[in-house]
Amino acid sequence: METVTLTDWFREAANWAFMLIVFPTLFGAWRTVTSDNIVRAVLYLVVALGGTAAMFLMLGAAFVGWTVVLVYIGAVVILFLIGIMITRAPLGADTVLSHGSDVKVPAALLSVVLFGVIAWAMVAAFGANMIEPFEPTLTSDMANVLFDRFVVPFEVVSFVLLAALIGGIAIARKDDEGGER
Amino acid sequence: MTIIQFIIVGAALFSMGLYGVITRKNAVLILASVELMLAAVNINLVSFDTYLQDQLHSGQIFALFIIALAAAEVGIGIAIVLMIYRNRQSADVDELNLMKG
Repeated sequence: METVTLTDWFREAANWAFMLIVFPTLFGAWRTVTSDNIVRAVLYLVVALGGTAAMFLMLGAAFVGWTVVLVYIGAVVILFLIGIMITRAPLGADTVLSHGSDVKVPAALLSVVLFGVIAWAMVAAFGANMIEPFEPTLTSDMANVLFDRFVVPFEVVSFVLLAALIGGIAIARKDDEGGER
Repeated sequence: MTIIQFIIVGAALFSMGLYGVITRKNAVLILASVELMLAAVNINLVSFDTYLQDQLHSGQIFALFIIALAAAEVGIGIAIVLMIYRNRQSADVDELNLMKG
């Protein structure tokens, strides 16, 4: 595998675009887990997920990237916002969104250690290996593979999604008859 | 582009998601942190798919499956949170101690 030095890395234009993407992504992720405003936290999740979609586009995975935009930003985040609006207690019972520092400090320590272990192992394994020049993945190629080789898992996922949505409706439905659940 | 830059971003997102899952009290925000961890997994899958030049594009296909399953997970999760909120008037996971001995 071809490797690259740091100066050559900074000379490549795609890496500047990468940094332009990665800083908002990490900032959005950071604010998602730390923000004290619940609506802002979910809207910062849009920034983080939009950054991952842009990274998929950089990697030539256009179909996955736009799927992330449509499914995550278009549907999942809206679902989060609806969940927030419904569970927002008018009494202000849920104003504290995070634990105190007795939980935060060990959690931060654990996260940093986990990140360090993954980063160390991956740098040891892959070093400065370049991604070879690649052609962007055509959506027609994705379709050919998805509906040929992976058609059975695809159908299984479809049934899981159907069952989950029916189950979600069944769980969240109001019982008008007053029967016990 | 190198492979390691994408892996590092994935690891950072995963660690932040873990931090959020541990420290958040609100059930909706815990689900949002889980979404961050799943996004980190997707970054790893897609970047290795491109790195290995997979002819079947297995990494991207699996990323699509993860996206679909994440949507299902959020749908069920929000439904459960709604039901708990209706019964307990709270979305705080620490108050769900009915089965505590």
